Amino acid sequence: MTMPNSQPMVVYRQRRNVELALCLLAAGFGIGGYLITHLNRDAELPANWIPVSVIWLVLCVGAHLAVRFKLPYADPVILPTTLALNGLGLAMIHRLDLSFDPSPNAATMQLIWTVIGVILFATTLILLRDYRVLQGFSYILFIVGMVLLLLPLLPFLASPNNAANGSQIWIQIAGYSFQPAEIAKIVLTLAFASYLTENRDLLQLAGRHVMGFQMPRMRDLIPVGVMWAAAVVVLIFENDLGTSLLFFGLFVMMLYVATSQVRWVVIGASAFAVAAYVIGQIAPHVATRVSSWLDPFSDYERNYQIITAQYGIAWGGLFGRGWGQGRPGLTPVASSDFISAAIAEELGLVGLVAVILIYLLLVARGLRAALTSTDVFGKLLASGFSFVFALQIFAIIGGVTRLLPLTGLTTPFMSQGGSSLVANWLIVAILLLISHQARRPQMPTMPAPVVDLGDDETSLIKLNEGAA
Amino acid sequence: MNKSIRGVAVFIGVMFLALLVNVTAGYWIRSDELNEDARNTRVRDEQFGGPRGPILAANTPIVQSVETGTLPYAYQREYLDGPLYAPFTGYYSYIYGRSGLEARFNAELAGTADSQFMQRILDTLAGSTPSGAQLLTTIQPKLQQATWDALGGQEGGAIAIDYQTGAVLAWVSTPSYDVAELASLDFPATQEAWEQFTADGSTVMNDRATQEINAPGSTFKLVVAAAALANGYTAGSVIDTPAALPLPESTHQLTNLAACGNTTKTLDQALTLSCNTTFANIGMALGQDIVDAQAEAFGFGSSLGDGFSSAASVFPTGMSQAELAMASIGQFDVATTPLQMAVVAGAIANGGTVMEPYIVQEIRDSNESVLSTYEPVVFNQAMTEANAATLAELMTHVVQSGTGTAAQIPGFTVGGKTGTAETTVGGGDHSWFAGYIAEKHVAVAVYLAHETTTTATPIARAMMEAASS
Repeated sequence: MTMPNSQPMVVYRQRRNVELALCLLAAGFGIGGYLITHLNRDAELPANWIPVSVIWLVLCVGAHLAVRFKLPYADPVILPTTLALNGLGLAMIHRLDLSFDPSPNAATMQLIWTVIGVILFATTLILLRDYRVLQGFSYILFIVGMVLLLLPLLPFLASPNNAANGSQIWIQIAGYSFQPAEIAKIVLTLAFASYLTENRDLLQLAGRHVMGFQMPRMRDLIPVGVMWAAAVVVLIFENDLGTSLLFFGLFVMMLYVATSQVRWVVIGASAFAVAAYVIGQIAPHVATRVSSWLDPFSDYERNYQIITAQYGIAWGGLFGRGWGQGRPGLTPVASSDFISAAIAEELGLVGLVAVILIYLLLVARGLRAALTSTDVFGKLLASGFSFVFALQIFAIIGGVTRLLPLTGLTTPFMSQGGSSLVANWLIVAILLLISHQARRPQMPTMPAPVVDLGDDETSLIKLNEGAA
Repeated sequence: MNKSIRGVAVFIGVMFLALLVNVTAGYWIRSDELNEDARNTRVRDEQFGGPRGPILAANTPIVQSVETGTLPYAYQREYLDGPLYAPFTGYYSYIYGRSGLEARFNAELAGTADSQFMQRILDTLAGSTPSGAQLLTTIQPKLQQATWDALGGQEGGAIAIDYQTGAVLAWVSTPSYDVAELASLDFPATQEAWEQFTADGSTVMNDRATQEINAPGSTFKLVVAAAALANGYTAGSVIDTPAALPLPESTHQLTNLAACGNTTKTLDQALTLSCNTTFANIGMALGQDIVDAQAEAFGFGSSLGDGFSSAASVFPTGMSQAELAMASIGQFDVATTPLQMAVVAGAIANGGTVMEPYIVQEIRDSNESVLSTYEPVVFNQAMTEANAATLAELMTHVVQSGTGTAAQIPGFTVGGKTGTAETTVGGGDHSWFAGYIAEKHVAVAVYLAHETTTTATPIARAMMEAASS
């Protein structure tokens, strides 16, 4: 392929073999954890270790092949990091199964959900050739997202999982529990990205200067206000700072990315801080949660879960007890919110830091897709999804290690739970789609028309007229 | 837009940095406290089944961990003569936690003390299981056993110290309990034993040697005599000694043994014969502040002990003259431990110098290299050397010709003071003896809860005999 000299162009390499090698390495994390657990506990390999390992390898290579054939230019690191985290999670859930007699066999269920997640991932890659078809339903998506987010408040959907840590973010339908917020985060990211793609110029330029600070127009503040109200409702009624922070933070951050204006962050952060402070003062259960965070030992019984997780982390020390040699099962429902504590107990501070760095790698690669993407929608979507991962990891691992008040969010790809796993695999599929679009060679015959309204006086005048 | 995406990247970087700093700081700052928390089941189980270091007396283990050959508890704590050593070894129970040396030196015994850090690293590198340190105590098993035998199961406590160093040589409380029953891996049996030991009316877990305070009776006259010598009295000072002393502002009278007569006695005679009215008069003449100061100089009001803690002995304050008169003969609300009385007798024999009592002489790791050695510590100079020598001399008169003749050991200089304290609890008065054997620089104190045909004095002699052999 020859390029016209006048248009310098970066041609990305496909790097599919790099991805395959990394996928095999990542597959080794899960299989390694599984086998070492059994070697440490029973001094022998489990009876069915060959079929289990083969299933996992087939799944890893299968996911790779879907990318290889459908998105040859996609980022080669995103899929391996995902597989590594998913594998570590599966191995740890299996290891936690061994702590109980009879075994709850949660790992088998989680493996089935992983298979479903990977199949949906591959289906998305195959069917959704261009993610831009998702653009343009902002209001419908927004309403759907809001409904999902507030669904746990309906009493007839109450799930027993809610009692475990005081937050009310699970629902139960026909005997199955899931967190609708996991689906909501995809839907709302799409909604925000669509809305902002359409309205970013207005948000960027309209408004008046007040004391050197450019105030947005009142009507542009409405979406911020709606999201702020939703965050307040989630904080008060679902009692979950993490979920509240996740969605409001996502929206504010995407506003900032769309407009490049810090004012949106300032407005959003101060509005959230004021709300969180006031609610903390007047709502006793929020204050209780804060005290559970700052001084869990003041109420040993109530904060037993977080306290025993701290014991586990401390006992794990620098290098951990080793796979299968700690006692992470002492922490109630360790396989869900507290899986990072189980990792710290058995793999030590070193292991937990490694897991956090793998997450960082995934997030960094997502942001890289946002940077290289050539269209506004793709940039917003990729940075939004990356930020959602980052914030979620920050909130849950920060909660487990007492950096923040504990939230009921899942640890992406690792926590036990189907809704979360499937939703996160879909997000990875979209990130790979964006990265493939961004990196594949552009046809020289169809140069993307660069439209930057900020430099276009005519458009500006039109906008102002429209606003008048 | 890329500029703002980079801004977001920086923000995400800060969040992840906060996570990493927090988990790392948590490891350095919070781990120790969490691992030492008694409610931390993980550490408790690991330590309970771990190779814990032994506790030794005269280089022979009295407590040690032995392999069980089963899991989850690979080792089991063995108490070689549980009842004999119980008051200071304490127990290490899965359910009831730790007490005594097992509690105080837990980190060393478990091998988790800071001083064992290098050893742990070396053990880990060498692939061997890190094991705990050994505690070498100052207890002399022969003396301990002789004390136990002399007490003969009667309710009481006795202690022997080397008064030149403060080393505790014997520490006995009877009746006692078998520590091994609390350390058993058979948890229901442990629970049963605990319920039995702590049942209403059972006092087997009381440590009468260092934890229980009782009225010391006439042994407290040693403290009043020391205060008198420091305030102008001499051995020959003549003091009013009526047969009956009417107590001021009271209808009660304080009486004497017949031998004290009804006139006057010198300080020397009064101590030898243990005349109550003499010491009541001295106490009232000195005033309670002076007696209190002298008591505190000997350790009253302090929790004596290095490496263990004892109950502080009490000399009351704010007394009326009548109460002070009674307190001067070790009645009213004066209450002491045998440890305190042994310290008083020892300090008098030691030229007035009170040595801090201690029990752990040395801590060694499992490879016999010394981690720490105890250096004797002076608690206080309670008397001038001259006054101490005078009082020590007077104490020998008690044993030669006074109330303490039963403590005589031919060929040795033995000094002492007997005591009897009335008690509201039925079953006979408290019987006390506090004294020393100069050639062996050993001080002893014996407390019998209820005097019968035997008193504390022959028990003290048996102890000093064991110390002299």
